[in-house]
Formats: sequence, C-alpha cells, structure tokens
Amino acid sequence: MSVRHALLALLSEGPKYGLQLREEFEARTGEVWPLNVGQVYQTLQRLERDGLAESGDDAEPGPQKGFRITEAGAAELAGWLRTPPDLGSPPRDELIIKILVAVRLPGVDVHEVIQAHRRYVVELMQQWTRLKEGDAEHDLSLALAVDAELFRLDAVVRWLDTADGRLKRAALTPPPVRSTPQLRRRTGARR
Amino acid sequence: MTGVLELREVSKTYRDGTDDVHALREVSMSVEAGRMVAVMGPSGSGKSTLLTIAGALETPTSGEVTVGGLAFAGMSRDDRSRLRRRAIGYVFQDFNLLPGLTAAENVALPLELDGLSARKARVSAVAALRELDLTERAGHFPDQLSGGERQRVAIARAIVGDRRLLLADEPTGALDTANGEAVMRLLLTACRRGLAVVVVTHDAQLASWADRVVFIRDGRIVDHTGGRPDPDSLLAEEPAG
Repeated sequence: MSVRHALLALLSEGPKYGLQLREEFEARTGEVWPLNVGQVYQTLQRLERDGLAESGDDAEPGPQKGFRITEAGAAELAGWLRTPPDLGSPPRDELIIKILVAVRLPGVDVHEVIQAHRRYVVELMQQWTRLKEGDAEHDLSLALAVDAELFRLDAVVRWLDTADGRLKRAALTPPPVRSTPQLRRRTGARR
Repeated sequence: MTGVLELREVSKTYRDGTDDVHALREVSMSVEAGRMVAVMGPSGSGKSTLLTIAGALETPTSGEVTVGGLAFAGMSRDDRSRLRRRAIGYVFQDFNLLPGLTAAENVALPLELDGLSARKARVSAVAALRELDLTERAGHFPDQLSGGERQRVAIARAIVGDRRLLLADEPTGALDTANGEAVMRLLLTACRRGLAVVVVTHDAQLASWADRVVFIRDGRIVDHTGGRPDPDSLLAEEPAG
C-alpha cells in the first residue's frame, strides 16, 4: 500500500489540508488501513521535497497547512496507477516453508499442521465476511477492500487444500525426491 | 440448548464389492435455531452424505439424528416424509426446479404435497417469492430465469411454510461471485429469522458466511472454528505503511 501515491491521488482532486487528507484516506480505504497523522505529515514533506506536491503557504507542518499536487506529481500518479505491482517473483512465504518443513520432519502429521493453518485462515475470512455482511453493503470502498482480503485468504486455503490432497496421493505412491535448489530456481523465490 | 438438528455418533458405511466404504464415522453435531454452520471438506470427504442423512434422505448405519427433537429412527416412512416436507428445506447446487412448473408452482409444490389447498399454497408461495424480490418472476418457467433467479426460487421453495432446518449443498456452485454472495445473504437472512442452516461446501469464501465452520476429512469431523467471528479485531491492527 503506497501512502505516497494515495495522498497524491487525493491531492489530484484539489488542494487539501493534512488532517483532511488523513480523514479522506481512511474513508476511501473503508477504514481498513488506519493511518497515523505523523505518517501523513512525513509523507507530505517528502512529496514536497521531491517536487510532487507544494504547500500553499509558509505555515509549519500541521493540520492547517495546505498542499496541492504539482504537474510532476500528476505525471507520477498517472504512471503509478498503470504500473502493475511486482507479482512476478513471490516473496518467500513463511506458510509454504512451514508446510515444506513439516513434510520432511519425522513424527509430524503434516495434515494436522495444514489443518491448523486452514482453521486460522478460515476464521480470519469469517471476520472479514462479517464486515461485508454489515457495513460493507453500503460502503463501496470497504466492500472492495474486504473482497481483496477474502480473495487473498481464499487463495491460501486453496493452496492448503491442494497441498493436503497432493500429499495424500503422494503417500500412496511416493514420488522421487527433488532437490531444494531446483525448486528454488523454478519458483523464483527471493529472500 | 438443544439444536434444531442433532447428529449423535452417526456413521454410514456403504458396501462396494467386497469392501466397506466408511462415508461417515461417528459424526456428532448440533445446529441451533438462528445459526449457520458450514461443513467444509474436499470431494469424497463425506460432507454430502452428512447432509442427506441430516435431511432424512438417507438412513445412517448407526447413530441418531433428530430434527426439532424428533428422532428419525423408528419413524414410519410416511412420518419421515411428512417431517421432511414440513420442517426441512433443501437447496442444491443445480437448483432442482421442475421445468414444467412456474416459479410460483415450484415454490408451492412442497406445501401442496403436504396437503395444503392449491390456493393457500399459492398465496404462501407468492409471499415467499416477494420476500426474495421475485414477485415479477412468479409466472416464469425455470428456463426463462437467470441462474441467480433460479437459485432464489429454490431458496423460496426451501423456506416456504414453517421450516425449521435449511440444508444447502454447494448452493452457489454454479453462480458467479455477485450472485453467489446474494444467495448467501438470503440464506443468512432466513437463518437470522430463526432457521437452523447447514451449508456443505469446499469453498472457503462460502463457508466464511457461517457462524461456525466444521471441517470434515475421510468421514470424520476433524476440527471446527471458534465462536462467533468478531470483525473488530481486524480494524484494530497496526496501520499498513
């Protein structure tokens, strides 16, 4: 989540004060990502330093200091909106590592480990869905943010389900053991 | 508190050639009025068998099933059919609407089968369709309805009359996300009005609408989620940078 670009997006609607930016940021993201006021002023100072935003007066940084987006800021925002985030090489995922370790460890029931994670993720999904059941029906930003979380968590459960089934089948017909370096190269995982 | 649906150490074994297949093994479960329970498991885990046994569509090899305090075991076939028609509603993935009947006739059918006059049954059916925003579709045949509308008609049929238990097998399986969500909202609304609801599914997004999720593997309940989910904890987390 880029606070920097989110603030530029809000400023592209017109000049705004720091406090106003914080309130609008939280409202637009369905209050899913609360932002502290220090983060807002720090980010605004950096935007000003980089020539992407400018303040309308010489007032000290604070609630009453107004900011507007510059031409360079508008260009930066337009570029950022259309640049896909780096989804190509996934970060090293702690959950995957835990399951891979559980598979090799003697005396560990990997299916039980998988279930512990599955239960936790489904409980999280229940909490997000409760938000959708309540407020999100009338709050578009919150509904979109909740959908994103649910799809992300759903993907984790699907992977756990697939791993569960794959390990069950593998236990019936053990495959040849592949070396870890080959796996690392194929998935492109990075540290 | 006793549940509307109670399963006590229910087992189901099928004979496959010379082998015994244990579809359910000593499953115990209770679903109270106004609560939705999701049974989540992969294909072949026994979740659909659990639903058909809970709905008296199949008899268990051992164990006890009660709906509204009435035990299926020892009931005559007719009594069991009557209980099934009056107290239990079913929603299936492929809707199971009769093609030659209109939406209203499909919804009225279980009431008429239960001995209600055609006129009274139709009045109840139209009221159920109205609740699901389908008044204008009452005279349409299933092939004139969209997938989402067909499933809403199936839900109307499942909740019409004085049902106490609603059983749903992958009720959003054939629908897109928006229609699937609409179906889950309707099931939840029916649930909050006092029905006990059981949804079986392999889909975590669907299961997450439930108050409690029960996980089934190889015919056994292996785990379940905690109490009622509390979304407040999500919004109290550290802010993202």
